Amino acid sequence: MKTLAAPAPLIQSIRLQRDRRRRELRRLCVLLGAVLMALACVTLAIGQSVTAPLDVIRVLWGHEVPGVGFTVRELRLPRAVLGAVGGLSFGLAGAAFQVLLRNPLASPDIIGISAGAGAAAVFAIVFFGVSGGLVSVFAVLAALVVAMVIYLLAWRDGVAGGRLILIGIGVAAMLQSVTAYTLSKAPAWSLEEALRWLTGTLNGATLMQAVPVIVTLGICGGILLLQGRALGALQMGDEAAAAIGVSVARTRLLVVLSAVGVIAVATAVCGPIAFVAFLSRPIASRMTRASGPLLMTSALTGAVLVLAADYAGQFLLPSRYPVGIVTGALGAPYLLYLLIRMHRKGALS
Amino acid sequence: MTSTAQEATTGCTGRNVPAPPSSRRYLGAMGAVPLLLALLCVSAFLSLGYGARDVSWGDVLGGLSGRNETLGQAVVQMRLPRTLLAALAGAALGVSGAVMQGLTRNPLADPGILGVNAGAAMAVVIAVAWFDMQSLTGFLWVASAGAAIAAIFVYAVGSLGRGGATPLKLALAGAATSVALASLTLAIILPRGDIAGGIQLWQIGGVGGATFEATRPMLPFFGVGLLLSLLSARGLNMLALGDEAAAVLGTRVARLRFMAALGAVLLCAAATAICGPIGFVGLVVPHACRLIAGVDHRLLLPLNALGGAVLLTLADVLGRFLARPGELEAGVVTAFIGAPVFIAIVRRKRIREL
Repeated sequence: MKTLAAPAPLIQSIRLQRDRRRRELRRLCVLLGAVLMALACVTLAIGQSVTAPLDVIRVLWGHEVPGVGFTVRELRLPRAVLGAVGGLSFGLAGAAFQVLLRNPLASPDIIGISAGAGAAAVFAIVFFGVSGGLVSVFAVLAALVVAMVIYLLAWRDGVAGGRLILIGIGVAAMLQSVTAYTLSKAPAWSLEEALRWLTGTLNGATLMQAVPVIVTLGICGGILLLQGRALGALQMGDEAAAAIGVSVARTRLLVVLSAVGVIAVATAVCGPIAFVAFLSRPIASRMTRASGPLLMTSALTGAVLVLAADYAGQFLLPSRYPVGIVTGALGAPYLLYLLIRMHRKGALS
Repeated sequence: MTSTAQEATTGCTGRNVPAPPSSRRYLGAMGAVPLLLALLCVSAFLSLGYGARDVSWGDVLGGLSGRNETLGQAVVQMRLPRTLLAALAGAALGVSGAVMQGLTRNPLADPGILGVNAGAAMAVVIAVAWFDMQSLTGFLWVASAGAAIAAIFVYAVGSLGRGGATPLKLALAGAATSVALASLTLAIILPRGDIAGGIQLWQIGGVGGATFEATRPMLPFFGVGLLLSLLSARGLNMLALGDEAAAVLGTRVARLRFMAALGAVLLCAAATAICGPIGFVGLVVPHACRLIAGVDHRLLLPLNALGGAVLLTLADVLGRFLARPGELEAGVVTAFIGAPVFIAIVRRKRIREL
């Protein structure tokens, strides 16, 4: 049996370039990880008062340091942890959706999946009196239903990106009015709590809250990363992916289920932090020439975004704002810019 | 015998030649006007008589004639401004949506989806928070300005690039603008706990708690907006043929666009300033009316006014029915009626048209 063989030098140069891109991507991930760690350290050490780095380390190690123990362990640490894992979740799930649907606008926060998770969570809390991990269960179920409904509604001899996005916008509008209404009926109606469900916030974070997010991120995020290669193949089109041995239907199902799980749990805890899922991958892909799904890079970018925006909202702005307002105000102009650029290229017409 | 029969049939078919579509549509529209008027009366009666406390028909009539003797009549008197406001705001939103759809030649145009409501809302919030504005007339002016700026901005962003303002581009530009404006609005009200609660409630959009005093300042805006819209109806028909064709046929396109857009913005700003942002009325009603009356805006716009009034009044009644003894804001109900219609419209279109 004769195989088609490319000349050896060509293979050599392709391999070289691929390796260079991989190295570049790895370097970028390490860099983002370092930025993330630095942001976490800043969140832990510098707030209303500045804590000496040594004291922070001693507190984290379990020592009792008078004066700073409570601030660091009860206020700053949960905030940093929840911000990091929440940001990882949003970035990862957003990138997975964008790659799967081959459209940067098809991120869960634009097509209504986050809105579904948020509406279900707040509805369960207000009307059923649910609390804790059970809220996440409601959120995940609702997000799955919403994802399925949007997909089925967009189906007409295949799913076209434009139709799916428009239908998602319609569904999101409906769900947001559910959230607004539910909030107005909440018995102990506080603006603080309302803001969580309108824009997303890390205020009042506890380590217990972060547990379901971490567990889901570990399981579903792991599945997503394992599917990364297949997802990269899907970017080239279903036929091409099938031709190189990817089981298209299985990959798609696994990716949708895990991505919905990740984003729903994170939304149930932090609220739908505006635009992080949408923004992470476009930002990540601007930082590297490497193509591919960029799942890890997007996840890290998401975490950096959330921690940076949360810190800015707390301490760098004239008044204290929840993280979602900062990312919303930053993200919307970027979305408009992206739209304008896509229009120029004619990608949407 | 056969010849006469033949004659009879030809004569018969001659007389029964199907009317040209426009006039048949005209008849359809003429039939729709009394129907919608009747529906409006029914929904107004329901709105007056139905709620946390049901009122007998006699009391409704008594309350309407101005008597205030029994408890029922007093309740009717309290529900009267609310019913009027629902009808007025519904009419305003319906006409506004129809004009926007005609103006942008875009089936998905709606003040809610295009971010115009969010612009009006943000302008009102700025006026309250930074300029301590209290007067309703002031709100109306500010809301109109905000709505106009948002409309121009969204249209400009949505029409960049190849293909002009396609529904998808406009909807996305509108959604992005809405989120940005909502974030900024929250950022403004958040440090001001005193006004936050009221604004949050207002942002759901509903007609509960309406009074005559609060509705009256809306009337001039409503009147001027409606007049401008009706005056541009003929021009909108021309515009449906395309800008060039309209210009060839003698329409002054730029002036027409300005007039119609001003009318639409005034109408939706008036409704938004008083009731809060109410979505999808401006989307659903024009589509329903086009099914009945075709594409002639001279018929469509009055029908839309009636249809919008019916829809919002019924939505308000439905909200009271569903959440008895409390109530569901009309804005929530219209979102639930409207979003499926929106989705149905999207599904019907071919991909290239999106």
